[in-house]
Amino acid sequence: MPDQSTNHSQLSASVIAEEKRLRNTRIALLSPGILTIFCIGIMPLSIVLVYSFLEPGDFGGVSWNLSFDAYVQLLFEEDIFDETLAFTTDYLEIFFRSASLALFTTIACLLVGFPTAYFIATQPPARRNAWLFLITIPFWTNLLIRTYAMLLILRDQGVINLSLIEIGLIDSAIPMLYTDFAVCLGLVYAYLPFMVLPIFASLEKLDFRLVEASYDLYATRFRVLKRIIIPIAKPGIAAGCILVLIPSLGAFITPALLGGGKSLMLGNLIELQFGQARNWPFGSAIALVLMLLVMLSLMTYLRYGAKKGVPAHG
Amino acid sequence: MSKQTATAAIDIRETSKVYGNDRATGVVALDDVSLVIEDNEFFTLLGPSGCGKTTLLRLIAGFEQPTHGEILLFGEHLEGLPPYKRPVNTVFQHYALFPHMTVAENISFGLEMLDKPPTEISSVVREVLGLVQMEHLADRKTNQISGGQQQRVALARALAPRPKVLLLDEPLSALDFKLRKEMQVELKRLQSETGITFIFVTHDQEEALTMSDRVAVMKDGLILQVGNPREIYDRPAKRFVADFIGDINILKGTIDSRDGTRARVRLNAGHQGEASLPANPDSLGSEVSIAIRPEQLSFVSDEGAAHLTGCIRQISYFGSGFDYEVEIATGESVMLRLQNRSSEHRAYEIGDHAFITLGDNSMLVLTD
Repeated sequence: MPDQSTNHSQLSASVIAEEKRLRNTRIALLSPGILTIFCIGIMPLSIVLVYSFLEPGDFGGVSWNLSFDAYVQLLFEEDIFDETLAFTTDYLEIFFRSASLALFTTIACLLVGFPTAYFIATQPPARRNAWLFLITIPFWTNLLIRTYAMLLILRDQGVINLSLIEIGLIDSAIPMLYTDFAVCLGLVYAYLPFMVLPIFASLEKLDFRLVEASYDLYATRFRVLKRIIIPIAKPGIAAGCILVLIPSLGAFITPALLGGGKSLMLGNLIELQFGQARNWPFGSAIALVLMLLVMLSLMTYLRYGAKKGVPAHG
Repeated sequence: MSKQTATAAIDIRETSKVYGNDRATGVVALDDVSLVIEDNEFFTLLGPSGCGKTTLLRLIAGFEQPTHGEILLFGEHLEGLPPYKRPVNTVFQHYALFPHMTVAENISFGLEMLDKPPTEISSVVREVLGLVQMEHLADRKTNQISGGQQQRVALARALAPRPKVLLLDEPLSALDFKLRKEMQVELKRLQSETGITFIFVTHDQEEALTMSDRVAVMKDGLILQVGNPREIYDRPAKRFVADFIGDINILKGTIDSRDGTRARVRLNAGHQGEASLPANPDSLGSEVSIAIRPEQLSFVSDEGAAHLTGCIRQISYFGSGFDYEVEIATGESVMLRLQNRSSEHRAYEIGDHAFITLGDNSMLVLTD
């Protein structure tokens, strides 16, 4: 009996040593990932968070005094004469405008992207890759250049207007550039692949025998789409919408170039604070509030979606 | 329209299906097939893969359009009707259950698509769940139940809208042996309880024989023979049918004389006797194939009573009996099947000399 117990304790000691060694190995192997997350995720965000609670420096940068001005400024305006605070909706309007533009962009991307993804997914496998390649090709060019190209297409002497005048459909150019339409179009163009690719990924897994089965069970084409294809592609649709909505909210090159700076968007506002306005704390505060709003809406969606939605399947 | 065709569940008239541009370059999946399936019948399309049985089913369901010919459902033309307008449902080979729905939602889908009132839907779903004994799993997702249970759900889903004809595309092929046996009995029961015409596609001849009221044997896009299981087994019209259904010995012989459906034949192995002729005996030459089922043969100990003699080459045991492979004088091989309880108690061994007798009316002359 005593033999057995010593054996046992020796055994457990070696097990503990082995586990410790394994844990160290695991940490060593994970360290590049942890380091990356810390350096490009947590650290910059912490800097933004800290800056948002400081005062702006006179020549850009920050001065190290604790201040909540940046957040107050979002909703209240300081009277330059008597320094009293008055409620202002200026920035709320920018938030609202950006949000609705991002929403429109997402909806437009979904309306264009879903049929595109469906089309590609129903192609023979050899041709699918060619189509996906075509979808991703524009990504190889800088966004700024692509946006300038849109500018050339949309302007009064652009391709669209000139050809419409040439064939005699219109007499004078339709102003398209520097409108919300132009911004929306630019954003849809820029972010469409983010919608197409995740939806394609989920439609590619769809078993088209299910479509046949639902035809057999008296479902018309529209009802097959509504009851079978869309519910099964829902994870891809959700991913695509998130991937388009979030960058559209913060986009600034496209609104600046195609919107002509007529209407200020969140992205431009933030850029302005770090640029000409030299108000880094305010810029940081707007960025953080934006992030918080996106996170909250996503969490609400996920909670709602988890209850009513479709569990992932193979 | 005659009275008879009006009452037939399915009337297929000279229907062909060609994939590709034309007959010369394309693939002929169905070649000028005509077939009448009666109401309340358990009808089986039997054949090897690629024989056109599934194509025929898909033409009835509306997933494919015939190249030529027409299909009538209870006297009504189906031409041009999409699948969702045909009162016909399919049980698919791989079930094709909707993965994002529960068992009950799967079953109610067809009824919802027909815009039935909710109270009717829920009562029908309950009834059909009871019919396939799945009430306790109504709220499970379809990936949380076993293959046999999925099979039942697929059946229930196709039965719920009360189709005029139920099409079953090799629904039992994915099940293991025991479950398949259970489901065969179950399907037969469902058919007689619901009174719905079942058209069952299979490549399993045993399945076809045990379940069907009538069987159509198909090969290369043609229907070779239609009949009840007994006719198909006992009086195969062609060599392919005889070979495909059950085990059979095919020996060479000649016709000495013929009289209507009967003939006197002489086996090359020596035996002379009566044999039945196929439906179209005119095409026969003098050299013919003569078929004898292995269970029609038996051993005798007396050489004088033997019709054939030979040497036992192989013995295989299959539980309820033995198969003996006997090489006869002509070099042909004959299979003989004995049940364990048969009267020939003597134990035979490989290499033994054997004397074989043929049962009465056991010889069939076949056309190729």
